Amino acid sequence: MEIKLKIWRQKNATSEGTFIDYILTGVSEEMSFLEMLDFLNTTLIERGDEPVAFEHDCREGICGSCSLYINGRPHGPGNLVTTCELRMTRFKDGDNIVVEPWRAKSFPVIKDLIADRSAFDKIMEAGGFISVNTGSAPEANSIPIMKEASDEAFDAATCIGCGACVAACKNSSAMLFVAAKVSHLALLSQGRAESARRARAMVTKMDELGFGSCTNTGACEAECPKGISLAHIARLNREFLKAGIKS
Amino acid sequence: MSKLKSKIPEGPLAEKWTRHKNSVKLVNPANKAKLDIIVVGTGLSGASAISTLAELGYNIKAFCFQDSPRRAHSVAAQGGINAAKNYKNDGDSVFRLFNDILKGGDYRSREANVYRAAEVSNQTIDQLVAAGVPFAREYSGYLDNRSFGGVQVSRTFYAKGQTGQQCLLGAYSGMIRQIAKGKVTMYNRRDMLDLVIIDGKARGIITRNLVTGEIERHSAHAVVLASGGYGTIYYLSTLAVGSNATAAWAAHKKGAFFSNPSFVQIHPTSIPQLNDYQAKLTLMSESLRNDGRIWVPKKKGDKRHPVDIPKDERDYYLERRYPAFGNLVPRDVASRAAKERCDAGYGVGESGLSVYLDFSRAIERLGKKAIENKYGNLFEMYEKITGINPYNEPMRIYPAGHYTMGGLWVDYNLMTTIPGLFAIGESNFSDHGANRLGAGSLMQCAGDGYFILPVTIGDYLADEIKTPKISTDSSEFDKAEKESHDKLSKLMAVNGTQTVTSFHRRLGRIMWDLCGMVRNEKGLKKAMKEIASLREEFWKDVKIPGTIDEVNQELEKAVKVADFMELGKLMCQDAINRKESCGAHFREESQTPEGEAQRIDDEYSYVASWEYLGEGNDHALHQEKLAFDNVKMQERSYK
Amino acid sequence: MSSFINASVGKKFLVSISGIFLITFLAVHLTVNLFLLAGQESYNMAAHFMATNPAIKIMEPLLALGFLLHIGYSAFLTFTNRDTRPLKYAMVDQKETSTWPSRNMFVLGTLIFIFLVLHLSNFWVKMKFGEMSYIDYGGEMVQDAYSLIKAKFVIWWYVIIYIAGAVFLGLHLLHGFQSAFQTLGLSNQLWRKRLMILGTAYSIIIATGFSIIPIYFLVNAFL
Repeated sequence: MEIKLKIWRQKNATSEGTFIDYILTGVSEEMSFLEMLDFLNTTLIERGDEPVAFEHDCREGICGSCSLYINGRPHGPGNLVTTCELRMTRFKDGDNIVVEPWRAKSFPVIKDLIADRSAFDKIMEAGGFISVNTGSAPEANSIPIMKEASDEAFDAATCIGCGACVAACKNSSAMLFVAAKVSHLALLSQGRAESARRARAMVTKMDELGFGSCTNTGACEAECPKGISLAHIARLNREFLKAGIKS
Repeated sequence: MSKLKSKIPEGPLAEKWTRHKNSVKLVNPANKAKLDIIVVGTGLSGASAISTLAELGYNIKAFCFQDSPRRAHSVAAQGGINAAKNYKNDGDSVFRLFNDILKGGDYRSREANVYRAAEVSNQTIDQLVAAGVPFAREYSGYLDNRSFGGVQVSRTFYAKGQTGQQCLLGAYSGMIRQIAKGKVTMYNRRDMLDLVIIDGKARGIITRNLVTGEIERHSAHAVVLASGGYGTIYYLSTLAVGSNATAAWAAHKKGAFFSNPSFVQIHPTSIPQLNDYQAKLTLMSESLRNDGRIWVPKKKGDKRHPVDIPKDERDYYLERRYPAFGNLVPRDVASRAAKERCDAGYGVGESGLSVYLDFSRAIERLGKKAIENKYGNLFEMYEKITGINPYNEPMRIYPAGHYTMGGLWVDYNLMTTIPGLFAIGESNFSDHGANRLGAGSLMQCAGDGYFILPVTIGDYLADEIKTPKISTDSSEFDKAEKESHDKLSKLMAVNGTQTVTSFHRRLGRIMWDLCGMVRNEKGLKKAMKEIASLREEFWKDVKIPGTIDEVNQELEKAVKVADFMELGKLMCQDAINRKESCGAHFREESQTPEGEAQRIDDEYSYVASWEYLGEGNDHALHQEKLAFDNVKMQERSYK
Repeated sequence: MSSFINASVGKKFLVSISGIFLITFLAVHLTVNLFLLAGQESYNMAAHFMATNPAIKIMEPLLALGFLLHIGYSAFLTFTNRDTRPLKYAMVDQKETSTWPSRNMFVLGTLIFIFLVLHLSNFWVKMKFGEMSYIDYGGEMVQDAYSLIKAKFVIWWYVIIYIAGAVFLGLHLLHGFQSAFQTLGLSNQLWRKRLMILGTAYSIIIATGFSIIPIYFLVNAFL
């Protein structure tokens, strides 16, 4: 099939970007979206143009590298998929496809479709851990944890840090990302001790880095490729409130 | 031979590690704060080493090519992590785990290292749980275990099909905690291009900043490579597209011996290739074989829909050939068996290059809910990619390049042949012999990083406490930086007509066909010839757009492929040298009348370690003889 | 405490708490207003009871404070949030992923605020400070608020403005109700669904309740 692409091209962080149109023929339905872009890049290289830079690595939806805003939605149409899992069966001959990088003040564009998401690491540094040194861990089964709590913690922990929540949020808020970590660790007895402190530190850092606040629209949850629930944000809010009461 | 000193401690097997820990030199805390360590790679082994070393007080400079350390490819390990906890009371023990790894690796690994890996596995689970890894639990609140390919006990801890992700994030969280404390400086988006050796010791690395293109110098008292495996040499593999051998290969060319490069595990349960544009293959966790049954039609070229093929017309070939282990035979055996059926014309799917993995009986027996609980996300993943719902009809699977048991040679202290250069995790060769058992990779990576390296590196660094900070203003750094720069310039200057990827595809094809699941001398020699001419063509005709001083993903790929061209040749050379079959290395010339792998212990019971002797020269082989004092070398039979 | 208020989540708490307070106020307000349907005396007595009740006297400044907090902090957060995406997307498709009111709370809030100014100047200011007629109900002189209201709601465009105000309020509550509980952490997978239902029901009651009154007067005027 033939598709019409409108892709954001930006030379580097300091230059201004613009959309460039490409018409790509010979696209197969069997391709994944990224394979289609590989195909476009091969075409571009062969005719002496610069290929489109985009991030990707595992190509199986777990590393969180891929991050394209396609036709107005992070990771494109459909739910519970990362860009690398998006298949071209979603599109048909003659379709227009607009491809943009994540856009947020805290995610500056480095080149073309690559945005710098290191702000997420900074948030994690603020408290996204349990302070246990290697060697000081007790025997694993000495900490029984209710299966339900453990399962819910797992659901939160499946966050791949792709940033779709920020990209989808009209306020560019990172609340779902923060909530996933706070909730994951708050649900486990190992992580309880630090949970209020963690919630406050991570939220404060999130604000400081220029992410917006949450207005509970739910767009993050709908676009999260791992389906992380808004209920985790509620838990984050509870933990934050506890931190406020304690201080 | 004399060059390889494995430094295995004296004493009985079960006491070696304890004795060693008791006798290695220590570095006092004040001195640790004066010592710098570079760690390249932030996967499970790298991240766990970084956090632990930083907790001990060393200053760490950490490097990864991804935008965040959390994305390292450990994240994609699905099935689980082994430990000898014996929570199931099924007779498991450190010795049994050790024995299984050794046997699974077809007795081509070091007894002492393997025993130690099994020994620290329990502590690893404790550590990961304490770090918040949400392993699966039973209703009692205690940890659950499942069984995994190649063994007869349930010792695998898991977090649905995302165990690697959860373990990595656990280690990553420990690491970022140390970044926040200032003990770790994180350099992401960096490719390591070269190793810097000063007075015979590893003292630094040269990196390329993948954003600015700048060639940078970094120095330290010791360098640790945790840079993973090189399975992407096959182009299509289960690895992340960005995985590469560049760091390890640079170290190799600077003097680190490379061991058993041809030992590559081909994973039996990957989603088959769907089209020609595909950039990678997606793994379906081996854990699926616990409940799934593998079969092909009994009739050649049977084109009926799988559910229409009656039970008695299905050939459950693994159950037929290996009644004791059935569908749970080790990966290499399962992979070869699939290839055998497909080559014989019984394969299914359009290309005939796949077999069925069927859950219908398990669903009947345990109910859909139970299957969903165990494998829900894997089933979803399969459906997303293929459009087929595995609850209703069997999955189609085929083997794919997966894990490299080969890697940099290390001694018992995990130090390479270059003093001060250490290799951990998949980047070293040490624990898995000729074949790795399922759920063994995470176990080894975390064990190396959390519990082994932090002890053994002290033995080396204790003699470095008087060494001041290493300056990057030295002729050695000048030279290494210049060489890196020249290599990149040379690549850019080719300005040919073919894309990097097209070369990688062709190389992958050669490797897959001739140095893949089944090898023979004629094919391997042919492969070496083909690789040599492909390499020549690459350096004459590769096309890399853009410049060095900017984000240039094609250049990154080109560096990787240039290395693979050289590594591919060494893999073939190693495979030719080893005329026996063992583990994943199957030489057609060496098989039993039933078509099983035939080891030749008298001749090949050694680690083949290769020394780089400069461009244009053949590698020199060094053998480290393997001694087995605690187990009897058995024929690896799963019948 | 200052770090609590300085954080975005802290500010959101204030918006939520004041929001829930205003939600409660709306229920009281609507209840009293519904007396309008029961006739002049009933309503005037009810209004009188409210105006003279000491508890309500205490609540009045609190209510004002509630409005100020709610408006002030949400305006602040909204303007902060505007800066978080300097370069907008060329194409945005959120129809499947979030509701229109949830994305436009500030727009709805502003419309409600404009309505509120009009509403207060029409009634509250007049009742508090204006010249009002009084009726004697069994010895007690009571303000005749009923007539004041009736006089306004026979004007058709007034009725339309009031219905619009009620609808904006309903839409605002449609998201605001459950959102307030979510922000306070009083929600989880299960309760979110319940709060959604509850919030939707409440929004419909408020919007129709406040719309019925002007319609009632207008219709009566034409009968």
